[in-house]
Amino acid sequence: MKEFRVALRNAGNIDPHSLESYVAAGGYQALDMARAMNPETLIGEIERSGRLRGRGGAGFNTGSKWKGAFKTPADQKYIVCNADEGEPGTYKDRAILENDPHTVLEGMAIGAYAIGASEAIIYCRAEYPHVAGLLRDAIAQAKEKLMPVSFSVCVGAGAYICGEETALLNSLEGLRGEPRLKPPYPTVAGLNGMPTVINNVETFASIPVIVEKGAWWYSSIGSVEYTGTKIFTLSGDVVNRGYFEVPGNTLIRELIYDFGGGVADGRQLKAVQVGGNSGAFITPEQLDTPFNLDALAEIGASIGSGSLFVLDDTRDMSEIALQTTRFFRDESCGKCTACREGVRRMSEYLERFQNCCAQEEDIGRILSLGEYMKAASFCPLGQSVPVPVLSAINYFRSDFEQRIEAKEVALYVTC
Amino acid sequence: MSGALTGLLDKIKLENGGLLEALRLVQEHEGYLSEQSIKQISEHFHLPQAQVYETGTFYSYLHLEPVGQHVIRVCESAPCHVAGAAKIVAELERLLDVKMGDTTKNGRFTLKFTQCVGQCQGSPTITIDGEPYTELTPEKLPPILAAYQ
Repeated sequence: MKEFRVALRNAGNIDPHSLESYVAAGGYQALDMARAMNPETLIGEIERSGRLRGRGGAGFNTGSKWKGAFKTPADQKYIVCNADEGEPGTYKDRAILENDPHTVLEGMAIGAYAIGASEAIIYCRAEYPHVAGLLRDAIAQAKEKLMPVSFSVCVGAGAYICGEETALLNSLEGLRGEPRLKPPYPTVAGLNGMPTVINNVETFASIPVIVEKGAWWYSSIGSVEYTGTKIFTLSGDVVNRGYFEVPGNTLIRELIYDFGGGVADGRQLKAVQVGGNSGAFITPEQLDTPFNLDALAEIGASIGSGSLFVLDDTRDMSEIALQTTRFFRDESCGKCTACREGVRRMSEYLERFQNCCAQEEDIGRILSLGEYMKAASFCPLGQSVPVPVLSAINYFRSDFEQRIEAKEVALYVTC
Repeated sequence: MSGALTGLLDKIKLENGGLLEALRLVQEHEGYLSEQSIKQISEHFHLPQAQVYETGTFYSYLHLEPVGQHVIRVCESAPCHVAGAAKIVAELERLLDVKMGDTTKNGRFTLKFTQCVGQCQGSPTITIDGEPYTELTPEKLPPILAAYQ
């Protein structure tokens, strides 16, 4: 199988440090084309025909988001790029930015023109200092082309929650990165209370191509409700750990076996976690699901960040579930009780399975705490904590039960 | 906080990420964010000291206590975990004679856990002062550390 590259079209073909190289590959033509259009026509193109849905995970229609900010009257509007990639197993935004920073700047400049923003800010995670440097150089080189929009880079300081758009805004405002209550949505009252469009790196990287080749071209790729391509990143027990861009109707089986080369060390597949740490585990029986938002939602999973964490048949899912929960325990912002306290209790319950002191009732406790956290957490972080855990229990309950039995054996031997 | 640093802070605009930038700059200069520097940043930007402290304590890359000259972060997210992060932790603790979370006696290294650093194609991963080292095995650690001695 071959890749279909849109967001990554220039990766490996141009010098990311050189504006000339990007321009020689046709760069910044789409910006000129967009600026020759009426902003409403431009937004309509992205919204109706393109049906580009945000590549950060939520899958909201990008054109609709732009329209919201366009329609809100304000003296100052902002366009923000969310480069705070932090989902374990995910490195697609880094792949785009390291290889082709200008395509993201161009996508942002097109967005700025569409909504009438004069300032563009890229929020880049602290773990990618080299990317922040590359972006700053690119901005300096392309200053004339990007005018009249002024661009800047803000480097985060190590907080996964800042990938949540309203937490990101708080972080930009010098506050703790805690999420805000919505509505108002950022398109109405975002950064400094002004209309703000926040899109993911991959979304912006796709924009110049959609403008240049037309929305109909883009919508002919992928699936009907999830048009275009999606980058996926492979991690875990898979032969080729890497990043690839494919149309949204590609099957997960093809991603793992054709692109990934199958399970490492000749082992059998046990589970795949799709969409990052907050995603559900799926089983080998579900591999013929297309890699897009709606198809994955139908089997109780989500496309999320587009990562695929592959696990072989030697893995104990009770241990993996603990590790995913520890991630959230470290990254919970502490704003709401359901998440702050819930994720700690969840970790403790799961630790019991590793410490041979779990009881049969602990599975029930986990399930009920999980339902509570889904319902009562303030933002998607807390709501996501139970997703991998509950799917692990649902599909691999015996891994948990064996740990309970293991305790009985251990006690018998030691007493 | 030195006068030179006040000069640097003068160049930072508070809006759109300025406070994070200021905290990072001061930390780079002083090694960590002391009570005194928090106070001076708040005075410089006319912000309540409590806000600067609140922000400073939120982010894992900002330190309110002194740390070693080099900060080693070991990724413990699930992809690094299954790739053998525990072996890397054990070897780092042995080589540096220090437990996770602590600083070596000579003040050279601080050892910390971190969550995903976005290098999952090459797990297990550590970063030293932000520089990633991927596809690690215990054997690969001594020469890497030697470069920072």
